[in-house]
Amino acid sequence: MSYFSDIYKGIKTLFQGMGVTGKYFFHARKEIITQQYPDNKDTLKMFDRFRGEVVMPHDENNEHRCTGCQSCELACPNGSIEIIWDRQVDPETGKKKKMIDKHIYHLSMCTMCGLCIEACPTNAIVWSQEFKHATFNRSELTKILNKPGSKVKKGIED
Amino acid sequence: MMTDLFTTYTGNILQMLLIALGYLTFFAVAGLLLVWLERRIAAFFQLRLGPNRVGPFGLMQTIADALKLVSKELTGTERADKFLYNLAPYFVIITALLALAVLPFSGQIQAFDINIGLFFLTAVSSVGVIGILLGGWSSNNKYALIGAMRSGVQTVSYELSVGLSLLTMVLLTGSLQLSQIIEVQKDGWLIVQGHIPAIIAFMIFMIAGTAETNRAPFDLVEAESELGAGFHTEYSGMKFAYFFLAEFINMFIISAIAVVVFFGGWLSPFGITDSIPWLGVFWFLGKTFLVIFLMMWFRWTFPRLRVDQLLTLEWKYLLPINLFNIVLMAVIIWLNLEIKF
Repeated sequence: MSYFSDIYKGIKTLFQGMGVTGKYFFHARKEIITQQYPDNKDTLKMFDRFRGEVVMPHDENNEHRCTGCQSCELACPNGSIEIIWDRQVDPETGKKKKMIDKHIYHLSMCTMCGLCIEACPTNAIVWSQEFKHATFNRSELTKILNKPGSKVKKGIED
Repeated sequence: MMTDLFTTYTGNILQMLLIALGYLTFFAVAGLLLVWLERRIAAFFQLRLGPNRVGPFGLMQTIADALKLVSKELTGTERADKFLYNLAPYFVIITALLALAVLPFSGQIQAFDINIGLFFLTAVSSVGVIGILLGGWSSNNKYALIGAMRSGVQTVSYELSVGLSLLTMVLLTGSLQLSQIIEVQKDGWLIVQGHIPAIIAFMIFMIAGTAETNRAPFDLVEAESELGAGFHTEYSGMKFAYFFLAEFINMFIISAIAVVVFFGGWLSPFGITDSIPWLGVFWFLGKTFLVIFLMMWFRWTFPRLRVDQLLTLEWKYLLPINLFNIVLMAVIIWLNLEIKF
């Protein structure tokens, strides 16, 4: 008779469900995930997987890892990335080499899809967890990712 | 002679007014507190914080909400049936108040101890649906109408289960008077006295009671995803607040009935504080709070039923089980198998 087994299963699964939510309720004190934002401004740590904006990390010698290959520019579905580059003579080897002048990133157009970061062969650009993007002037949202005077780290192209 | 009559007459009126005022205050305070509690408990179930800004623990939040609602404009639809439209909230709220009157808060605090108490409660709590039907019908809005009709279907079906599960317990008490029902439980709460059939009756009562109050998982009366806000779509301001408060007071009433009929009302467990009668209020409210918490637990666990599932549950499962359960209870009483201390 499926009638009685239905009743049994019904009651069992109801209690199972209540067990799951009950566990959450009684552990709620420790596990609350709400951030009380303006109050915890100083201690707030965003999650690593949070996609705030694209940045280009520089090391202490003001060197980045971007070779100017333009993979990110091609990968970007809505043209948020523009790279202005030039062929310059490398002072060490004496050969002509592609170098970036400006890596321009339009945060206002970015959808945080992450395709540029996936496409980058040298891991030159990464996600930052910064989320405070509000500005009074939208031109501030057009960012130049490479710092002035920076150059590419040696050995990246190899 | 004349003055005597006058004093007793005014005295009576004054007494009645004071009692009514007390109940109205309780109604408002309990309603606001329950709304706060619901939001807070819901938040904990979902690992959130809930309202915690206004006042300590956010206790003043619902008062702020009520003030906002009072200050809002009372809107209405064109070609609505104005008289019924304005009448509907009062139906809902007055039935809730009527039911409060017979509840025994303690041995002394009971406004209206009639000999058909339990029958009166079930009768009055099903009148509330007329307010919902009126509201839905007179709003001149299809969503409100569908919501109201669903409410009608739901209440007519589940009223049966509420009544029958209470009847099962009445077999044990032999009285419908609420004070008498509690008197019987001095030999052990009815859920213990009636053991197996009482527990089944309690489960059925909780399911049907949740459905009676139109709460989730039986909230298809106001299924947001389908019907906007259901029967009170067109209500705003304080009229909406009446519906909202009445819903929470109805939850309190259903829980209070469960406490009176199954868990000994204001009696303390094993009679530990029987020497101090005024503590009964706290026992009553405490137990009621636990049952309310159970209903909130239901709400934040179970998904909403479809209309056909709702009716299947009542007519194919709850009703036959209930009828069988009454027979079982009768057999147990016949064979003197109750557990009494």
